[in-house]
Amino acid sequence: MAMVLNEEQEMLRDAARGFLADNAPVRQLRRLRDENNPDGFDRETWTAMAAMGWTGVLVPEDHDGVAMGYQAAGLIAEEMGRTLTASPYLSTAIMGATALSKFGSDSQKTEWLQRLATGDAFLAVAVDEGRKHAPSTVSTKAERSGNGFKLDGTKTFVADGSVADGLIVSARTEGAENDEDGITLFLVPRDADGVSAERKSMVDSRNSATIKLEGVELTADAVIGEVDGGHKPLEQILNAGRAGLAAEMSGSAQECLSQTVSYLQERKQFGQTIGSFQALQHRASHLYSEIELAKSIVMKSLQMLDIAPEMATLMVSAAKAKLGQVAQLSAQEAIQMHGGIGMTDEFDIGFFIKRIRVAEALYGDTNFHTERYAQIRGF
Amino acid sequence: MSDALDKFKSETRAWLQENCPEEMRGPLRLDRDACWGGRKWTFKSDAQKVWLERMAAKGWTVPEWPKEYGGGGLSKDEAKILRSEMKKIKAYPPLSSFGIWMLGPALLKYGTEDQKLEHLPKIARGEIRWAQGYSEPNAGSDLASLATKCEDQGDHYLVTGQKVWTSYADEADWIFVLVRTDFSAKKHEGISFILVDMDQPGVTAKPIKLISGNSPFCETFFDAARAEKHNLVSDVNKGWSVAKYLLTHEREMISGFGGDVMRPMGDIAAQQIGLDDQGRLADSMLRSDVARMEIDGIAFMATMERIKDEAKAGQGVGANSSMLKYYGTELNKRRLELMMNSAGCDGLEWGAEGDVAAAWLRTKGNSIEGGTSEVQLNIISKRILDLPGA
Repeated sequence: MAMVLNEEQEMLRDAARGFLADNAPVRQLRRLRDENNPDGFDRETWTAMAAMGWTGVLVPEDHDGVAMGYQAAGLIAEEMGRTLTASPYLSTAIMGATALSKFGSDSQKTEWLQRLATGDAFLAVAVDEGRKHAPSTVSTKAERSGNGFKLDGTKTFVADGSVADGLIVSARTEGAENDEDGITLFLVPRDADGVSAERKSMVDSRNSATIKLEGVELTADAVIGEVDGGHKPLEQILNAGRAGLAAEMSGSAQECLSQTVSYLQERKQFGQTIGSFQALQHRASHLYSEIELAKSIVMKSLQMLDIAPEMATLMVSAAKAKLGQVAQLSAQEAIQMHGGIGMTDEFDIGFFIKRIRVAEALYGDTNFHTERYAQIRGF
Repeated sequence: MSDALDKFKSETRAWLQENCPEEMRGPLRLDRDACWGGRKWTFKSDAQKVWLERMAAKGWTVPEWPKEYGGGGLSKDEAKILRSEMKKIKAYPPLSSFGIWMLGPALLKYGTEDQKLEHLPKIARGEIRWAQGYSEPNAGSDLASLATKCEDQGDHYLVTGQKVWTSYADEADWIFVLVRTDFSAKKHEGISFILVDMDQPGVTAKPIKLISGNSPFCETFFDAARAEKHNLVSDVNKGWSVAKYLLTHEREMISGFGGDVMRPMGDIAAQQIGLDDQGRLADSMLRSDVARMEIDGIAFMATMERIKDEAKAGQGVGANSSMLKYYGTELNKRRLELMMNSAGCDGLEWGAEGDVAAAWLRTKGNSIEGGTSEVQLNIISKRILDLPGA
């Protein structure tokens, strides 16, 4: 597959860039934070995004989606990374849509996919249980109960968990705590008895929740895919999220560089523009080079999800590892080269370093994915 | 893919299968297995000779050059297919040469029809091996301050001066040289680009021994060496544009050395260091360094591919060759540091067959030749980031 955008993708990118710059710039995130908005995102913006088809980017056409694939989905995420637009796009339109369109039962598809496409329903993926991402470490239990299951456990770091209408939950139906086998995925209605969500105040001012499941009764229809066979579908759902996050971080890293270069071109000290100092030029040029590599590996990982999703893990982990490193470098360099003003809350760079830190940790940080890369490579 | 390309692909596959000798397949050990051609070349094997002749006959030593100049006349899509089919059977490049990588592209852009017809087919067939006369003892990073003199003698020129870091000049037949034709003009505006036959008493090449123990570079001396008037490329005093254009091709060539022809570092380390009972490299610190380097390697290869595809689609930034050169050479240095680390005391042996120490030492020059890493960062600052005074 050629490493360039086709015409349709270019149009989508340009439209997304224009819309987000006008309607959801960093200023919007600042406002949401300052007014302590309980949703953590702007519902009007979400409705407008849905009207443009973004929420259905991965939903099949027979469920009213536009089914443009992961490369297109990643382009939207990348543009959101430039403006730090807060929205449940990643959890709903990328991971939720992947989960149900690829692994959902017919009735789950009918119940959810169209509403995802129209932006009328939100999903969140509840996988982690400790401080660090560990999708195979599952102690949340699903015990057989009558014709269905009863769930007990606690899930941490659930992006958009507090606003979701449905939660995709990994629970153990067999095996020991760290086994890959014996994990089952459930689609849990947020309003089911025994489900509670506590929204956490996070450094990036975005949504994240701790979800408690206490004796939650579900019928067998709530299972996504096969009982005990949740590991593989979960990997694909997470891979979609990881590549989406990598794309978002790529957008954020590019924006940090772009604002920094503008500052270097304007700011004067010692009677000259600071961009004329070679010490700063070389830092900026090194960062530019790292970001060019980051852009390429993000594109590769999204293309792999489109062409051969079951083989995409190596490339997705490489991309998430690389972007974790490059995006953090970009934010750190941005603050350093802006000097004192970069440390002020009034200036936007702080929002970038905060969001990038969270995105780096979500669904596996650089160390997690470097480790996984080495495992898959066999060394 | 269109039907025509599909057909080209299956025909190419069949032809390669039929015509690429078995000995010309496998992982390439750079330099040692390469065929450089030229009047002084001794083929390492019959297979090497046959492979060059067969590929040259199809014009596939330079697949994208026009047929009239000895090329294959392939479109970019066809050339990409040929590359990938060759990669599939691990075919060696039939011919490596500075003529192909550097002079050829420059002549295609700046040469006269006569110059193209005279020089390009000989490059394509591997008959003439070229050297590059750029750097001088006092013109390294500041290349434009070069002082090799070129005097107009009416019907010819006489070249006098010294070049340094001329790769394999002792094995080359001809040399493309940057010379000063106007000492009173600003430094960039008095430079010309001229082609000189090295088979004359006025040209001497003396190898320089490097820290690696090898001598891939020479000092080349010109003592009133004769150059024909029709071998001056572009106009008198306009050589700097040609020089810069050619340098972008040189950078692409050098940055490609970190490429995918070599065995992945993780596999080498697994064999040398061994795995623990969980299947992890027994040296956990080396393991993480290797994984990070390989990830950067994948990202770098993807970037080379993206930039090629962008160029094909008429997009992209020309100065990105500086970014590729900077990153590719730094990456290659990291790779060889890890190779040394992984090889342990075996890697410290000197003069053994396939010794890693010489290769390791050689990479230290990658970020100096063709413009240092710092010069590349200057170019990115100026041409891409538009920073002042760079």
